[in-house]
Amino acid sequence: MQETQPDGTPAGDAPARPNSLRSGPDARGRFGIFGGRFVAETLMPLVLELDQAYAEAKADPAFRRELDYYLKDYVGRPSPLWFAHRLTQELGGAKIYMKREELNHTGSHKLNNVMGQILLARRMGRTRIVAETGAGQHGVATATVCALFGMKCVIYMGATDVERQKPNVFRMRLLGAEVVPVTSGAGTLKDAMNEAMRDWVTNVRDTYFLVGTVAGPHPYPEMVRDFQSVIGEETRQQMHAAEGRLPDIIVAAIGGGSNAMGIFHPFLDDASVRLIGVEAAGRGLDSGETAASILRGRPGVLHGNRTYLLQDADGQIDEAHSISAGLDYPGIGPEHSWLHEIGRAEYVGATDDEALAAFQLCTRTEGIIPALECSHALAHVARIAPTLDPETLIVLNVSGRGDKDIFTVAAHLGVTL
Amino acid sequence: MSRPSSRIARRFAALKEQGRGALIPYLQACDPDYDTSLALLRAMPGAGADLIEIGVPFSDPSADGPIIQAAARRGLKGGSTVAKVLEMVGRFREGDSDTPIVLMGYLNPIGAYGPERFCADAARAGVDGLIIVDLPPEEADLLEGPAAAKGLDIVRLVAPTTTDARLPVVFDHASGFVYYVSITGVTGTRTASSDELAAALPRLRAATDLPVAIGFGIRTPDQAAAAVRVADAAVVASALLATLEDTLDEDGRATADTLPRVLAQLGDLSHAVRAARG
Repeated sequence: MQETQPDGTPAGDAPARPNSLRSGPDARGRFGIFGGRFVAETLMPLVLELDQAYAEAKADPAFRRELDYYLKDYVGRPSPLWFAHRLTQELGGAKIYMKREELNHTGSHKLNNVMGQILLARRMGRTRIVAETGAGQHGVATATVCALFGMKCVIYMGATDVERQKPNVFRMRLLGAEVVPVTSGAGTLKDAMNEAMRDWVTNVRDTYFLVGTVAGPHPYPEMVRDFQSVIGEETRQQMHAAEGRLPDIIVAAIGGGSNAMGIFHPFLDDASVRLIGVEAAGRGLDSGETAASILRGRPGVLHGNRTYLLQDADGQIDEAHSISAGLDYPGIGPEHSWLHEIGRAEYVGATDDEALAAFQLCTRTEGIIPALECSHALAHVARIAPTLDPETLIVLNVSGRGDKDIFTVAAHLGVTL
Repeated sequence: MSRPSSRIARRFAALKEQGRGALIPYLQACDPDYDTSLALLRAMPGAGADLIEIGVPFSDPSADGPIIQAAARRGLKGGSTVAKVLEMVGRFREGDSDTPIVLMGYLNPIGAYGPERFCADAARAGVDGLIIVDLPPEEADLLEGPAAAKGLDIVRLVAPTTTDARLPVVFDHASGFVYYVSITGVTGTRTASSDELAAALPRLRAATDLPVAIGFGIRTPDQAAAAVRVADAAVVASALLATLEDTLDEDGRATADTLPRVLAQLGDLSHAVRAARG
C-alpha cells in the first residue's frame, strides 16, 4: 500500500495510517461483517495455503519486480489517462477523464489481476488453471497468460454467455484453452462460478483456481484488489500531472467489482474524492430483472464470502439479468458491501437501455468503443456531468473495449451483421 | 463435544453393541414433491435406514455433482423451503422418535431464516444434527452457539485434503459423528478404493473418538459393506437419487414405481451393511 503526500504524489512505502480504510481485510478475511472463508472442508486447506503463499509473495521484492516487468512489457502499462474533450463538450459540465484500461493487452483491466495470479500459481508449483468467465474478458485474459507460460487452461462459461460472447469463446480456444459451456441454472456467470468451484474441489492437487473478480473466499478479494490497484495508483499520479490535484469523482461499473475496487482503493483515504459504483439495473431496478446486488439485494453467503446478494425470502439465489454478460452476477465483492455500509462509496444503477445509449455516445464522441460493462458507468457520468461545474474533475474507468459486444449491440439496434 | 444423551449418540452406541455399522440414506426434501418425499422419509427406517440425511435444497450447490444438483432443482420446484423441511421432519417425528435426522445443506438458506430461530425450530421439529457444507470450523461461531443451546450436533466434514495438523481444529468443532468425504471431488462421481479408505481411517481414529461415516461415491451394496468394515457408517446419496429420478414421469412427477424402487435399493444396501461384518 502506498502513502501519499497531501497533493497526491506518492511518498514511498510508508505504512498505512492507523485509521486507514485501506487496511482491510482482518485476519479472518473480513471487511466489517463481509468476506470470510465459506468453503467446503476439501477446499479449506487450499484456501489457507493460498493465503500464506500470497502473503509471502507480497512481501518478496522479487515477486513485485517480476510482476512489474510483465505489466510494463506484456500488458502495456501504464494505461493512459485521457481527457475526453468532445464528450466533456457534449455533456456540457464537469471535465471528464477516461482511464484507458481497454488499451491493455487483451482489451480490458482483467489482465492486471490475471498476471499477478499466474505468477503466484507458478510460484506455488501448480500446473493447471481453472477460471470462470462471464463476458469472456477474464477467460481471454486467463487463456492468454496460460499460453504465455505454457500451462493447461480450463475456462467455465455459462452456456447463455457462450452464445452471446462468441468472439471471446473463439479467442479462448485459439489461445489453447478448453472452454466448457455450463448449462445449469440460467447458464451465466453464477453457474460458471459453481462449476469452476466443482472442478477445483475435484482437482485440488495440481489446480489453481484463478478468480477473476474481488469476490470468493479470502484471500481472493484482497489479492485481486491488490493486483487491480495499479489502476488507481496510476490515475492518482496521472491526474496530478494533468491537473495538479486529486479528482473529485471516480465512476466505475460494478459486476463483481474488480475494476471499481482497483480504481477506488488508492483513494479510500481521500475523503474529498467521491467514489461511485454503477451496478447493472438490467431492465430497471424494480423490474425483477436486474443485477444490482447492493441496491436490490441483502447480505448472505455465496461462493465463499458473505456479501450483498440478490436472493429470495428463503435464501435461494436469484438469477441476475443484464445486457452485459460481465455484470450478470447476483453478488458483489465483499469490500464493496462494506464500503456501501460505511458510506464511503455510493452505489447507483444504470439500465440496459442507458448503457446502450452511453455505448453509442462514447463511440460517436471519442472514437472509443467501450465494453457494455463500463458503458453503465458512462451512463451515470452522462447523468451527472451536466449538473456539475466545469472545475469538477471526473474520472471514468473505461475497463474494457467493446468490440466483443458489437453483435449484442447490433441485435438491440435491429441490425443484422 | 459429544452429548451422550443425543439421539445420534444413542443410535451409534446401540449399533456398536450389535456389532454392526450404520446405513445412512439421503433424500432431498420435496423431491419431487412434499408428499412423496415425506412418504419416502417415513418408509426409510423400515427399509433399513439407521440414520437419515435430508438435503435442504439450495439454488447453488457448488460442492454437489449433477445428480444432487438435479434433485435440488426438483426439490425447489416441488416447493421446498427451510420451513417446509422442518415441517416434514416434525411430521416424521409423529411416528418415529428413534431414528436420528441430520439436515445437510448450505449456509445461505439458514442465514436467511435466522441461525437462532433455525436452531430453535429445527430442534423442536426433531432434527438431531446439521451438516453445513460451506461452514468450515473457521466460520462456525455463527451457528455453534445456537446449535449447542438447542442440543443440535454439528457434524463436520473431513476430506483427504485435511492435513493431520488440521484434524484437531476440525474435531474441536465437531459433534455427533464425523463425515469423511472419501474423495476430492463433488458428490456422486468417483468412488474411493478400499485401499484408500483403509489408509484414511486410522488417521481419523487417532484424532477423534466420534463415530466416522464415509460418504461421497458409495453406490453399491458392496461399496457400502466395504465402508462399514472400516468405518461406523456408510452414507448413500446420489445412487438413491438417481433411482428416484429414473422413476419419474416425463413431467418429473412421482409414479407408482418411485417409492418401491428406492426402498428396494435401500433394502439391498441395508442387507449388505448388516452382513458386512458377519
